[in-house]
Parts: sequence; structure tokens; C-alpha cells
Amino acid sequence: MIAELGHYALMLALGLALIQGTMPIVGGRTDDPALMSIAAPAAVAQFAFVALAFGALAICYVTSDFSVLNVYENSNSAMPLLYRLTSVWGNHEGSMMLWVFILALFGALVATFGTNLPVKLKANALAVQAWIAAAFQLFILTTSNPFARIADAPFEGRDLNPVLQDPGLAFHPPLLYLGYVGFSISFSFAIAALLEGRIDAAWARWVRPWVLGAWMCLTLGIAGGSYWAYYELGWGGYWFWDPVENASLMPWLAGTALLHSAVVMEKRGALKVWTILIAILAFSLSLIGTFLVRSGVLTSVHAFATDPRRGIFILAILVAFIGGALALYAWRAPLLKQGGLFAPISREGALVFNNLFLTCACAAVFVGTLYPLALEALTGDKITVGPPFFNATFGPLFLPLLLAMPFGPLLGWKRGDLLGAAQRLLAAAFVAAVAIAAEFALQHGGPVLAPFGVGLAIFVMAGAIVDIAERTLILRVPLGAALRRAAGLPRSAWGTAFAHFGIGVTLLGIVSVTAWGSERIAALKLGDTVDLAHYRLTFDGLFNRPGPNYRDLVGRFTVRRTNGDLLGTMEPSRRTFPARKMATTEAALMRRGVSQLYLSLGDPKPDGTVPVRLYFKPQVLLIWLGAVIMFAGGALSLSDRRLRVGAPRPAKAQATLQPAV
Amino acid sequence: MTRKRRRLVLIGGGLAVLAGAVALMLNAFRDSIVFFNSPTDVAERHIGPGTRIRLGGLVKSGSLVRGDDLKVRFEVTDGSREIAVAYQGVLPDLFREGQGVVAEGALDGSGVFDADTILAKHDETYMPKEVADALKKSGHWQDDYAQRAAMPVGGRGQ
Repeated sequence: MIAELGHYALMLALGLALIQGTMPIVGGRTDDPALMSIAAPAAVAQFAFVALAFGALAICYVTSDFSVLNVYENSNSAMPLLYRLTSVWGNHEGSMMLWVFILALFGALVATFGTNLPVKLKANALAVQAWIAAAFQLFILTTSNPFARIADAPFEGRDLNPVLQDPGLAFHPPLLYLGYVGFSISFSFAIAALLEGRIDAAWARWVRPWVLGAWMCLTLGIAGGSYWAYYELGWGGYWFWDPVENASLMPWLAGTALLHSAVVMEKRGALKVWTILIAILAFSLSLIGTFLVRSGVLTSVHAFATDPRRGIFILAILVAFIGGALALYAWRAPLLKQGGLFAPISREGALVFNNLFLTCACAAVFVGTLYPLALEALTGDKITVGPPFFNATFGPLFLPLLLAMPFGPLLGWKRGDLLGAAQRLLAAAFVAAVAIAAEFALQHGGPVLAPFGVGLAIFVMAGAIVDIAERTLILRVPLGAALRRAAGLPRSAWGTAFAHFGIGVTLLGIVSVTAWGSERIAALKLGDTVDLAHYRLTFDGLFNRPGPNYRDLVGRFTVRRTNGDLLGTMEPSRRTFPARKMATTEAALMRRGVSQLYLSLGDPKPDGTVPVRLYFKPQVLLIWLGAVIMFAGGALSLSDRRLRVGAPRPAKAQATLQPAV
Repeated sequence: MTRKRRRLVLIGGGLAVLAGAVALMLNAFRDSIVFFNSPTDVAERHIGPGTRIRLGGLVKSGSLVRGDDLKVRFEVTDGSREIAVAYQGVLPDLFREGQGVVAEGALDGSGVFDADTILAKHDETYMPKEVADALKKSGHWQDDYAQRAAMPVGGRGQ
């Protein structure tokens, strides 16, 4: 009954989406306010029905209703409640439901909170949003129905894929989808602007919070997925340049570019045509990512199952939306008015530089990800484009970006002073140079480039601090005055500094792990020890530990410093899931500051020796900590009143409204 | 500068960066692409020692030999031909005799494939996509790999 209700609610949502997708457009064409005003309530109602359908599916999972095929195939009554709930999206059908749910959620949010939007723009944007929703709801209903029943209900489900039975599943897909799907808003607004043939700086101000929110979620979602892969896959890698990861990185790169070009458009009215294009591209890349992951053209843990009909359907959605949007762009973009002038050396110029390199880096990832597919389709040759390709292309394209990053915020609008900015960055460059010298003095036999990598990371971080120091005049005016200036700074300035600082932190983590990480592979008998970095591990034995729907074969190891100080124990395990007859490796992690010891267990031999892999990962946590700092920067920027309030107020009025923040 | 010249600077800069990116990509494509081959492909394409490839097929039943220091040797077969593979390290969770495997590395002078990576990425039927395609091509595909994967395989962990 619950499943049928959910199914029916989804059909009703599709009906509402069709109304929401047509009536407001007709209203916009004929200037009929009544028709245009249908958009907002339709979006809210559509969300309500999608939420009902999603909730129904969740109830089926939580109550372990194995008469529903999807639940039978992906759940098991012995799983803890958290995994019974998260397995809703741990499969193809359910994850498409999550996609549609988040899409409808964004539509409803725009409808509810977009009260200061021009009527026509809002109506058109919500209509475009509804087209996307309708396409994906139709996709679910025709090819991926999660509510299908089985005639003879089995007693027990087939269990969720063991790799997915992890708390990471509770956060990673929803955050990633909030990011992916969040870019649908800027896409819808871009299409609405093109339909209307009119766009101004205010457009950027309306769109920016949505872009920012999506970008924040995507940042955290990618970082979360990276950490999950790091501890779950058992060999300590944090990024594989796997097509599925690239599928999430591409929208992030395009979204980052959009975030920056929207600033230019908002402040200076320039780069309008480009911003519209990048808004279309960001969501197009999200769609391509969905296609890559969902169609099963790539076989990986993310693809769940393969069905060619689904691939063709998503491909059709892809072609219709991306092709349609780009055609509309080619037709209407020349009508948009040109914006303000600026010199190549200026804040605008720096942001153009940022966009240029970000989009080129994105293109490199795109080519590397899709070339093997294209080649296989054309010639039948199967090739792998692995990390060497991406290191050789993405790296050199990102390097100038990182070098230039501290300069951008120090350049003035319209016409900047590069020499002045460089002088103000002298302190940052000095700190970086000291760091490079120190690394050279301290390191024994690491790669020659590593100290320069550290220096670059320090330069980026110090650059962010210099930016704030320059704005608050700290060290030049009395401390009290500087603090007052700091409090008076727009939150978006703090946001920029935080986000840029976070990039430096992540870079420092990556450089440290790559250059100074070490690993040992050994076969240990009871009582054997193994040394790595400054640590000594002793193998104390194996024991069994039962879990709810699995059993663990646990190895216990005592960790000491090489000088004998006891640090604790590590207990990696091999986890066997009887329902799927699969085993996973559960690595043990020991945190030392921001570094980690990482230990995973191989298959024990009959004579009692166990193969182990032991890694020392110096500063590895900085990689994800940096992403958290970027997220915080986004949050600060989002809380800027300029984005919350309709129009910017004069500085004076702002001061009286906001005495002390 | 006039509006026109500024735009020229902008477009020129953009094209320069794009050209640089394309050059980087072409260069990387020349050096860092790895082709997938089945044992039959290796023989037919006359792949010589030292060329980095991905070798895929089934782990031949009964061929797995474990030595000291986590050294292992096994044979990869596609039903028609076999190639001996040497590897040192911990084998992935899903490594089984009679199941699909993808190894990355190069042939040494004596015709043994020296693998530095054994890939663990499989779908739920325990069969890498490339291997499944290669087996179908050579006519040795059977439909019961998923069930066989579920059964304990003899000779494991010796």
C-alpha cells in the first residue's frame, strides 16, 4: 500500500511538473500574471508529492518490506537502522529518487524564498526547473521504478553492497547531489534570462547564493567521498582519477569558475555572456556526470547495475538539455548587452584568468575521462587514461592558478596595480621562501620538487592572511581600530580569504602525503614487529568478532614509538558478509596530530601469518580539513547581507543597521 | 587601450592558454595511455617486453603459487592462451582463482608479465567489464561467474 502511494505520488508530481513547465512560459509570452503566478505554488506542490514518494520508499526500506523488489535487492533486515535508511539511495532507482527529491527541493526553495525576484524571471526559471524535473521523473517511472513489487515476497533481502555499508553513505551521496543538482538553479536562471533576452548585474546577485550553496555542498561531498575511499578501499589512496570521481570534479571546477565570474558580473556588469555560458556548462557537466555514473557505461561500484535502456534515456535527456541550452545560447546571447570595460591587469582581469585556467583544467579532465569511451565506441580499442595523464595536464594548468590566487583579491577593480600587489605579497613570499629553505634543510632524500610544493601551499595560505591584513590595516593602525575594521569587513571578504586559505591547506596535505608518505608490506607471524617512520607495530594475534550482518576477523597490533613509548593498539579487520558472500577490508587508522598511521589486513594464511599493509600518511588530514575550511568560507560568504538583502545598501546605512557583528 | 584592443588582448590570452592546454593533453596522451589486452591480444599484436599494458582475463584455476615476501605467481587465461604473471604485494579482496582479473605492468624478457598493480575493481558479478568483453570475443564466456564466485574456491591461500 505504502509503495503504491509512493508510486502514485510520483506520477502526480510529474503531472504538476508538466503544468509548472508550460503555463508560466505561456504566461510570460502573453504577459498574463495569473498564468505566471502558477509557477511558485506548482513548484511547492510538486516538491510535496516528490517528498511523499521519497518518504514512501524510505518507509519500505526501514520496515524491510521485501515484497518491494528494490528493497529485496538492496536491503536486509539484520542491517542497523542507519544502513536500512541509507540503502534507499545505495542503489540505482533510489539514488535517482534522491536526485529528483533534491531537484524538487531546490525548486520549492526558489519558489518560497525568491520573493524579491522579477515576476517573469522567476516564472521562467521555475518552468525550466520543472522541465528537468519532468524529464527525470519520467525516467524513473519508465525505466527505474523503485516501487515494483514481487509476487512472492521473500523472507530476507539480499543485503546492501558491503562496500556501501558505511556511515559515509549517509553523507556523501546527499551532499554530492545537493551540489550537482544545485547547479540546476543557475542553469534555469540562465535559460530564463535567455528566453527573456534580458540580463543585468542583479541577475548575478540573485543567482550567486544558489551557486555558492551548491558549490559548498559539492566541495564537502567530494572531500567526503575522497575520505571514504581512503579508509574503505584499504590501500590509502585519496584520489584515483577514476571517471566517477572526475564526474564530480568537473562540475566543481565549472562551478568554481561560475562563482568567480558571477562576482565580476555583479560588481561590474561585465562578462555577462560568459557567465551565462558557464552557468549552462556547470549543470551540463552535472548531467554528464549523472550519465556517466548512472548509465553503466563505466563499471564501478557507483554503477550498481546496468541496463542499456537507462543509458539511452539519460543520453536523450543529456542531448535535449545541453543541446537545447547551447542552441538557445547561440541564438539569444548576441542580444545581451555588453558590460563595463576593464584593463587586463585588474580584479576583473584576475577573475578572467581564474576562469580561463579553471575551464581549461576542466576541459583536460573532460577529455581524459571521455576519450577512452569515445575511442572504444569508434575503434573498439580499450585504453586506460590514468593518473599520469591527469598529473601531466591538470597539474600544470592548476599551478598558475595557485600562483596567481593571492594576487587577485589585492588588485583593484577596473585597473589594478600589479607591482603594488606584489609588494604587499612580499611578506607572504618571504614566509614561503623560509618554508622552502627549512624543508630543504630538514628533509632527507624526498623529491626535489616537494619543498617547492610546500612553499606554494604556504604562499597561498599566507596570501589569504595578507589579504585580510591589508583590509584591516593591522600592524599599521592601533589594534582596536584594526579589530573594528575586521568586524566591519564584508563577510564575503572573509569568505574569500577562508576559501583561498583552505586551498592552500589541501595543497599542503597533498604535497606532504605524496612526497613523504611511506609504506611497508609485510607478512607477520604472531609476535613479529614491523617498523615504519618513527613507529613500531607488534602483531598480537587474530580473533573473531561478530557483527549484526557480518563477522570480523580482527588483527590486534600494538603501536609503539621506535624508542619504546606505548601509543595504543590498532585493530584492522577483514569483514565477511554472508548474505552476499563478499569480504571487505576495514583498515585501522591511528591519528598522530594531522598525520595518520594506516594499517590494513590481507587474507591470513593457514600457518597463521598475516599479510599487512602499513602506511604512514604525513599531514594527510589537511587534505580534507582544507575542504572543510573552503566550506566555511562559502558559508561566511553566504551569510553576507548583500546576498540576503535585495540590493546593496550604502555603506553608511549598513553601519547603522549593523553596529557590531 | 580601446575597447577593441582590450578585447583582442583578452581573446588572445584565452587562445594562448587553450593552445597550451591542448598541447599538454596531446603530449600526455602520447606518454600515459595504457591499452587493455587479453593474452590472445598480446600474442596477436606482438607486444614486446617493456611496453606498459593492462592484461586481463581469468586467473587460471590451480595456477596460483604463493612464495616468500608476499610474492605470488599465477596465470591469466582467456581460454585460448595463457600468460604467467608475477606480483609482489597483497592481493585485492576479490582476487579468486577462476575469476576475472586485470593486472597492470609489462612483460619481462622471459615472457613473464611483471605486474605492479592488480586491480580490484569489479561489479557485483566479480567480472571486470573489459575481461567480460574479451571473454565474449574469444567465445569462452560462461554465464555463471557470479554463482561460482560465491562458492569457496579450492587452492586458495596455499
